[in-house]
Amino acid sequence: MTTPQPQSPEPSVHIDPYERGWMIAAIIMLVVFALAVAVASYSLGIQLPAPEARVDPNTITTSGPFANPGLRELAPGRYEAYIVAHGQGWYFNPRQISVPAGSEVTFYVTSPDVQHGFKLEGTNVNMMVIPGQVSTLTRRFDTPGEYNWVCHEYCGTGHAAMYGTITVTP
Amino acid sequence: MTAIATTTPVAAVTPSVVPAKYVLSKGEKRFIGLQLLVATLALSIGSLFGPLQALEFSGLTIGGRDLYALFQPLLASYYQGLTLHGVLNALIWTTFFITGFFTLTVTYGLRRPLAYPKLGWLGFIMMTLGLLTAAVPILLNEASVLYTFYPPLQANWAFYVGLVLVVVGSWVQGYGFYITYYRWRKQNPGVRTPLMTFGSLITMVMWQIATLGIAVEILTQLLPWSLGLLPGVDPQLNRTYFWFTGHPLVYFWLLPAYVSWYAMLPKQAGGKLFSDSLARFSFWMFLVLSTPLGLHHQFTDPGVPTIWKTIHAILTYAVAFPSLLTAFTVVASLEYAGRQRGGKGLLGWIPKLPWSNPSVSIQILSGVLFVFGGIGGITNASYNINLVIHNTAWVPGHFHLTVASAVTMTFMGIAYWLVPHLTGRKLWAPKLALAQGWIWFIGMMIFSNAMHTLGLLGAPRRTPLGVAPYVPANWEPRLLQTAIGGAILFIGAYLFVAIMVVTVLRKPAPAAEVPEVPEAQSIQDPQLTPAWLDRWAPWLTIAILLIILMYGPNLFYQITNMQNTSPGFKLW
Repeated sequence: MTTPQPQSPEPSVHIDPYERGWMIAAIIMLVVFALAVAVASYSLGIQLPAPEARVDPNTITTSGPFANPGLRELAPGRYEAYIVAHGQGWYFNPRQISVPAGSEVTFYVTSPDVQHGFKLEGTNVNMMVIPGQVSTLTRRFDTPGEYNWVCHEYCGTGHAAMYGTITVTP
Repeated sequence: MTAIATTTPVAAVTPSVVPAKYVLSKGEKRFIGLQLLVATLALSIGSLFGPLQALEFSGLTIGGRDLYALFQPLLASYYQGLTLHGVLNALIWTTFFITGFFTLTVTYGLRRPLAYPKLGWLGFIMMTLGLLTAAVPILLNEASVLYTFYPPLQANWAFYVGLVLVVVGSWVQGYGFYITYYRWRKQNPGVRTPLMTFGSLITMVMWQIATLGIAVEILTQLLPWSLGLLPGVDPQLNRTYFWFTGHPLVYFWLLPAYVSWYAMLPKQAGGKLFSDSLARFSFWMFLVLSTPLGLHHQFTDPGVPTIWKTIHAILTYAVAFPSLLTAFTVVASLEYAGRQRGGKGLLGWIPKLPWSNPSVSIQILSGVLFVFGGIGGITNASYNINLVIHNTAWVPGHFHLTVASAVTMTFMGIAYWLVPHLTGRKLWAPKLALAQGWIWFIGMMIFSNAMHTLGLLGAPRRTPLGVAPYVPANWEPRLLQTAIGGAILFIGAYLFVAIMVVTVLRKPAPAAEVPEVPEAQSIQDPQLTPAWLDRWAPWLTIAILLIILMYGPNLFYQITNMQNTSPGFKLW
């Protein structure tokens, strides 16, 4: 054979020192990211939607809390908003709610027909709206103004028109 | 496969891989070429709708009517176009290209024909029949459900049947690869599987495990439901089935590009693969980690417990690791190539790379875009940070950097040598092909930058923003930017198609001028890679166990709480 005899003919994983450094750096980076996410969810309390309730999409508009959707005041400055996302007609019911600045609003959203989305601009309120499930997140509104929520999942031809507004009054 | 431990060191470094090259038969070339042809046809049709969507964003109207009104009755709506764009580009262009390319990487890598070429043809015919079956309802506007086909939007049953046939056809081609590999392995015990074959087989196995999700979704829920045999489905459960397949689908697209980057690009660039062991380790990591993390697509789903979302988020970080390894190995291989070509200094190797080779340059450019795609991907995976961008324009911005850049540009780069190789022609207008890669690169930079920014501003995805009533003024310049990027990409797509068509129609070239299959050598003899990196059983066991652990309890919870209460809706 003309090939030179290798120094170490035993099979082994050869890792270049630079590559080793890169691998260690990559692992550290990913661990730091995971810790940052953990801090954000447990110290800052930025949570994802979690299982809330199962409903029958065929009956929500006639019985239960979604039969009379809208804003309800639980205590001064604390509200819950029941919202139905309709694919037949492409609208949110209600389309508009109004709360005073400093209020905390818990959104409950569901659908009687197809999947929808619920994203409130400039906030972390971002949920899939799935028939049979109730999606919920809570948000505090300190700055007066008008904020749109939009449907972000394709729900038929009129999807682009589907949005609602929360007015935060001074 | 303990041969290595017992043979002498000399035998260990002089493997018995027999012929140095393998000449594909005419039949094999025709078979691979036909699959690339279907893929390219799909891309050429799917790409028609891209600029239409992008121009719609800009709010462009003609004679007071929106753009889609002009195409009626051929094209009913934005969403029918978007369904065609997603299905043809993301599912058909990729799958047909991949099965064709893998036929090459298996036969050329192993230096032998497929054990049962008819099995390959059977798979291909099933895929093509599936494509045609799904195409009919899509073209008739009976399946405008986008490529994620979330119920309760209900497509015509033929759409679901067609998708099943495409997937099962790809499995059948995969079985042909496995048998071919098994025969080779029996005759070559202890020899390291050639890397191009190795990566392709792992990708195919990963795909066959991962597609069980949509197989179950379609066969137990959507198909009987669309046929009227099942009155309702459970939309949340179907999302979980879908994303069981949906995320590894991304790796099914991406790993063939990695096969090219690891096993071919170093040769094309004039160098060698930097690390054979770590290349193999990366592929095994993808087999193990691609599937048990699909819930990171469902962070905002109401019906999935947050503990499982957390666990899948962590696993998604883990799968970033083999991609980071790939980034190092591919760049190191290119640096090695650049230095072999006389590059000096810290960065002097970069200009020495063969930038004038259209196949090389477009693949390097695809890698550059993929860096941004990877960063965006980590953002998407980051649990509550995902709340900022979920289902916004950021997401299509992201996957146009992955599937429409890293994957599609690499496939184009492969086609630039593979189509001449298969047809015995020289590539037509290589300078134009070079420009094509840069045009795509620039168009994508403009497009994806705009889409990411729109997403951060809150613009929803899958929405004709040109007609949406809630668009604030600060989105407008970005919507225009999207239109410009989309138009440039359209030019890039059709330049590619034109180059392919003219190349195929040229006169045959002398054999010496036709490119060969670029098979990269690694710096270290692959026989020195440990045997455990070439053994299926342990990795496959870990992969299956991890899927059962990470999906089992949550799927059990969702299936036992299944409520088939959603009838079908056709709201388009």
